[in-house]
Amino acid sequence: MATKVHMEALSPTMEEGRLVKWNKHEGDPVKSGDTLAEVETDKAVMELVARADGQLLKVMVPEGTTVPVGNVVAWIGKPGEKVDGDGAAAPAPKSAPAPEPQKRAPSAVRSAPEVAPADVTRVKASPLAKRIAKEVGVDLKLVQGSGPGGRVIKRDLEGAPATPAAPTAPPTYHAPRTGVPYEDVPLTQIRKTIAKRLAASIGPIPHFFLTTEIDMERAAEAREALNKQLGEDGGKISFNDIIIKAVALALVQHRACNAWFQEDHIRYWNEVHIGMAVAIEDGLITPVIRNADMKSLRDIGAESRELAGRARTRRLKPEEYTGATFSVSNLGMFDIDQFTAVINPPESGIVAIGSVVAKAVPDGDRVVVRRRLRLTMSCDHRVIDGATGAVFLKTLKQMLENPLAMLL
Amino acid sequence: MANSFDVIVLGGGPAGYICAIRSAQLGLSTAVVEQDKLGGVCVNIGCIPTKALLHSAYIASILKESKEFGVEVSNIKTDYGVAMKRSRRVSDQNSKGVEFLMKKHKITVIKGTGVVQPGKKVKVGKDVYEAKKAVVIATGSRVKGIPQIGLEINKTTVISSDEALLLERVPDTLAIIGAGAVGMEFADIFQAFGARVTLIEALPRILPIEDAESSDVLAKSYRKRGIDVIAGAKVTKATVGKDKVTLDIEAGGEKKQVTAGPVLMAAGRAVNTENIGLKECGIQLTDRGFIKVDKNLQTTAPGYYAIGDVAGPPMLAHKGFREGAVVAEIIAGQKPHPIKYDNVPSVTYCHPEVASIGLTEDQCKEKKLDYVAGKFPFSANGRARGTGETEGFVKILRDKKYGEILGAHIVGAHASEMIHELAVARENEYTVEEIDLAIHAHPTMSEAVGEAALDSLGRVLHI
Repeated sequence: MATKVHMEALSPTMEEGRLVKWNKHEGDPVKSGDTLAEVETDKAVMELVARADGQLLKVMVPEGTTVPVGNVVAWIGKPGEKVDGDGAAAPAPKSAPAPEPQKRAPSAVRSAPEVAPADVTRVKASPLAKRIAKEVGVDLKLVQGSGPGGRVIKRDLEGAPATPAAPTAPPTYHAPRTGVPYEDVPLTQIRKTIAKRLAASIGPIPHFFLTTEIDMERAAEAREALNKQLGEDGGKISFNDIIIKAVALALVQHRACNAWFQEDHIRYWNEVHIGMAVAIEDGLITPVIRNADMKSLRDIGAESRELAGRARTRRLKPEEYTGATFSVSNLGMFDIDQFTAVINPPESGIVAIGSVVAKAVPDGDRVVVRRRLRLTMSCDHRVIDGATGAVFLKTLKQMLENPLAMLL
Repeated sequence: MANSFDVIVLGGGPAGYICAIRSAQLGLSTAVVEQDKLGGVCVNIGCIPTKALLHSAYIASILKESKEFGVEVSNIKTDYGVAMKRSRRVSDQNSKGVEFLMKKHKITVIKGTGVVQPGKKVKVGKDVYEAKKAVVIATGSRVKGIPQIGLEINKTTVISSDEALLLERVPDTLAIIGAGAVGMEFADIFQAFGARVTLIEALPRILPIEDAESSDVLAKSYRKRGIDVIAGAKVTKATVGKDKVTLDIEAGGEKKQVTAGPVLMAAGRAVNTENIGLKECGIQLTDRGFIKVDKNLQTTAPGYYAIGDVAGPPMLAHKGFREGAVVAEIIAGQKPHPIKYDNVPSVTYCHPEVASIGLTEDQCKEKKLDYVAGKFPFSANGRARGTGETEGFVKILRDKKYGEILGAHIVGAHASEMIHELAVARENEYTVEEIDLAIHAHPTMSEAVGEAALDSLGRVLHI
């Protein structure tokens, strides 16, 4: 009996695929494993392979057609064998209890492809490596395996950096430091394509921008209270200091945004070093607050004042303005409501801070006056995708709107 | 005969012949140079004939106890000469088997003593052969005496395993110096054939490389059957007479004399690195006398490789086998998986057998590892009770945090066969939990492996 060739789910999120090109044509002999066609998925062009031996009897779908996962796209069988949809004398429908493929509702079809697609989300790792990864909090998908067939083994995890904990685990606000400052991850096929296409479109660093408005009322209250506590000579904490701390803590949870683009790989930093844009007489410089996630607001305040002061008098040492993993630019003091900042490569992101202004905002059925801040993140699309940036901003917003979270 | 090959292997022992087979499989033209019989020490005067003799010893010992099993045998006679001749037949069959494998793979066997020369050449007699890709040195090792204390092997009163394997009759008394695998196995064999055996070990316990608990079980078992086990003993002087040797021994602060004839030297082996042209080719040795090799088993002279005993410890046939296969793949341009030298099983085929892999408990302590020992005695195992082989145990050392199997030790009948479950587990980084999850057939002695894994998790079922 002839075998159906289904559109397979070639990526975990694929729901339909566009049949780009048939590599085999009707009448061609095929062997299990041969590439039948190229299929464009949501992510890439991938190969649809034969799961049976014989002859490609019938192609059901012309090139260029988009087909839901699970639908029949071709038939493989013995030469001369008749198949459904052949146009010629197909087996009598009554004798074939299986419904005719093309009449099936796509949703029903999708649920039961005859050949289970390869589970591309499965991670090959030894039981011991899995236990170590779980304990240490390493995402095995990011680890290059050196065992048989690329299996991740214990050796691959020795000194492996920790990644943000799984969603079920309580969030860690301080990056678990393993002594490894960063991890280099080779560019995947899809990241290579994104990097190439977007750079061609918008310039070497394909920026995109995400803006969010943040309620700073509680942060403002906290700031006033803290400054009162610190007294006159304790040094003041600014909104900028609070934002730097919040950005650093949010980056600990979103390592995907704390990264450098390095042509053939992405360097994911386990340490958080925040560059702080400071305007100087004939330009701009970004002194770096190192390990900002591990410093107190008071330390950040003191350090940023000190660094900014020396920046303006041009007395910064090179190591004090290089090596940032992410940057913050603030034009709030110039009454700028909102702006976009330019990424400082090889960093992949920068947040632009507007001024904190009192606004009338709805609160249930009332209107109240709240201090609000508009913040825009510039992302390097080669590293950060829209959703990646958005979830980072969500965490940042939550922190600023509930500054007590920073104490966790 | 052609005198140019892709690969020339010096030595037809386990490492050498496997290297030749694997090279031939990979399409390389291959020659093996061997001065004696193919199969080397292992097949001819090592692993294989001793296993034949140990089985004879085993039969002798079970017959002595057979009445309890309802089988009465009267007038049991043992004849070492007959057992020896059978062991020779077994060795010859195996050596012929290697010859057949050489033919099957179209490997040229060159008879004679090979000397390596610069330019990847090997001289055998007057002939010079050239290797296009590599020369592989697999010249193995030999027994050695201790001439410093008067125990030079003279093949009559001071013998090595080479002579012991060819004795026509069992000696009345035998002293064995060295209680590693070789000494333990000969003590077992000769005691079963009626010799009064004294086993002398310089280190504080017999089977010094094994776990201390394994040593304890064997010392107890050997003493019970009448073998005089003296550990932590220093032989200060040996007086070699016409047919007897008198040994002055210091053990535990006491001095005593042991007179036996002959004395079997089983205290280490020397590697065969002399007179094979190493220096002329720029091939260096390590401080301990082995050929210095890098991680690809290449010597200090490019194009010359070393495998097996000459390339360093452990001096075991199965380690040589693996090096032989791996080096062939490297020479053929492949990238084989690196050999895990910390996962080479160690087996002593005495009764009860001792098998181990990985660290001993003492090594875990020295390394300050956080471990848990799980142990299950065969006395609690149904199958072992059925066969009356209740001596011994399975012990698994588990890393406390991740369950990694740090080491495993089995003492008991068939320990040599049971250790491989743990070798597979360690190779694949299974933890003790995977050992338990694998269902063990009942009743088998292997159930003790599963139980030891459970014991390390505090969940042992049958004790």
